[in-house]
Amino acid sequence: MKASTLSLAAIAVLASQSVMAAELELKLTNLTQGIHFTPILITAHNNEEHLFEVAMPASTALQTMAEGGNLDPLVAQATAAGSDMAANPAAGLLAPTTSTMTTLMTTDGNDYLSVTAMLLPTNDGFVGLDSWKIPTEAGTYTVYLNGYDAGTEANDELVVAGSGAPGTPGIPAAPGGNAGTGGAGLTSTESNTNVHIHAGNLGDDDLSAGASDLSNTVHRWLNPVAKLTVTVK
Amino acid sequence: MLRFNKSLIIIALGASLAACGDSNNNEVVTPPTPEPVSYQFSVEVSNLTAGQPFSPVALIAHNEGNLWQIGESSSAALELMAEGGDNSELLNFASAIATSSGDAPVGPGAQTTLTVTTSSLEELKLSLATMMVNTNDGFTGLNSIDVSALTVDEALTHFTFAYDAGTEANSEAEGSIPGPADGGEGFNEARDDIDLVSMHPGVVSQQDGLSGSTLNSEHKFDNPLAKIVITRTQ
Repeated sequence: MKASTLSLAAIAVLASQSVMAAELELKLTNLTQGIHFTPILITAHNNEEHLFEVAMPASTALQTMAEGGNLDPLVAQATAAGSDMAANPAAGLLAPTTSTMTTLMTTDGNDYLSVTAMLLPTNDGFVGLDSWKIPTEAGTYTVYLNGYDAGTEANDELVVAGSGAPGTPGIPAAPGGNAGTGGAGLTSTESNTNVHIHAGNLGDDDLSAGASDLSNTVHRWLNPVAKLTVTVK
Repeated sequence: MLRFNKSLIIIALGASLAACGDSNNNEVVTPPTPEPVSYQFSVEVSNLTAGQPFSPVALIAHNEGNLWQIGESSSAALELMAEGGDNSELLNFASAIATSSGDAPVGPGAQTTLTVTTSSLEELKLSLATMMVNTNDGFTGLNSIDVSALTVDEALTHFTFAYDAGTEANSEAEGSIPGPADGGEGFNEARDDIDLVSMHPGVVSQQDGLSGSTLNSEHKFDNPLAKIVITRTQ
């Protein structure tokens, strides 16, 4: 009698946990033909937290990620907020057309999922998902992610080694090895300084001169840029 | 009429006797005539682009497999379709239960409807593919859409993305594009691109900075490429 009461209680506890916390299997696919993703951050958080918000200025932490791929400030921010996270599941860059898989245990109240990673080569472009409500019903869900512009750096499209620090103009790297040099720079201004949908790389067809160091047949993309498959256990 | 029925009964009796080999069994067994079961789907394809005709659409009913996968190499059949608009090999998809092909290209702004009929609904998937013919190796379609739960007259609507077969570089060069914008080469078995299927980065065009391009601004596209309405009609 005592034992059965105990086990009933245990079942009740498990059931109540399964309503609020979740075990997620996550698969993120880079859908592009020529854009790499820097280390990815996936967080589950409450309804107050954001990694980014559209039509709002980027936080310094987001800017640091979007201009140079450095996740540390965003990780510190998410840790301070009590978010659950999968930081850098691909252990480095996620190459075009490849996928990475990870699992995430969410705690009570962390019912929203967000994702960020810088798009290379771009000045301050990133793939993003802001506060997707995690379904309570077990199943597999597909979410398509767009490319955003942090609004913090002019899209000059010049590849400049060491330019990944926030506020330093230039694209820090073109991991595909297929960018050019000698561009004059497309622009030195950015009129929309809030987070917005990226207008896309322009590039040009001259890899030793022209306005851009990027190639217009390799470094463009159309949204969506990533596919996130979420399996709620 | 009566005579006809009688002879039928005699034939049936003889057959049942011969079948069971039991001369004491005089019952006339009427074999149940199974209802012919077939399930029919109509698939309406609308071309949403400004200036990209679609090659004749390939529609395939199957239980397993995919016509393509992001991050994998194109099959030779997909390459043939994506570079030249020839869907004949794709329609030979190994797991196909039933197939249907559009009989003509679908122009920008145009619509076509294909029909496919199967004898089972279990695990039934539909896949569809077509080339944007004013590209090097761009295609669009649907990959393995589960239609097993559709009831009669129920419809599913999908908007499709542009994919790149990854088998031919997007040079947009004169002579490399089979569609009316160029009238150039279609399929070529050489693979000079990343050899992985991805989403398509879009057409650049001469006016947007690719000086060797034979394409112009009306050949540019953005997602989605097509609207597809799948309706179970039977």
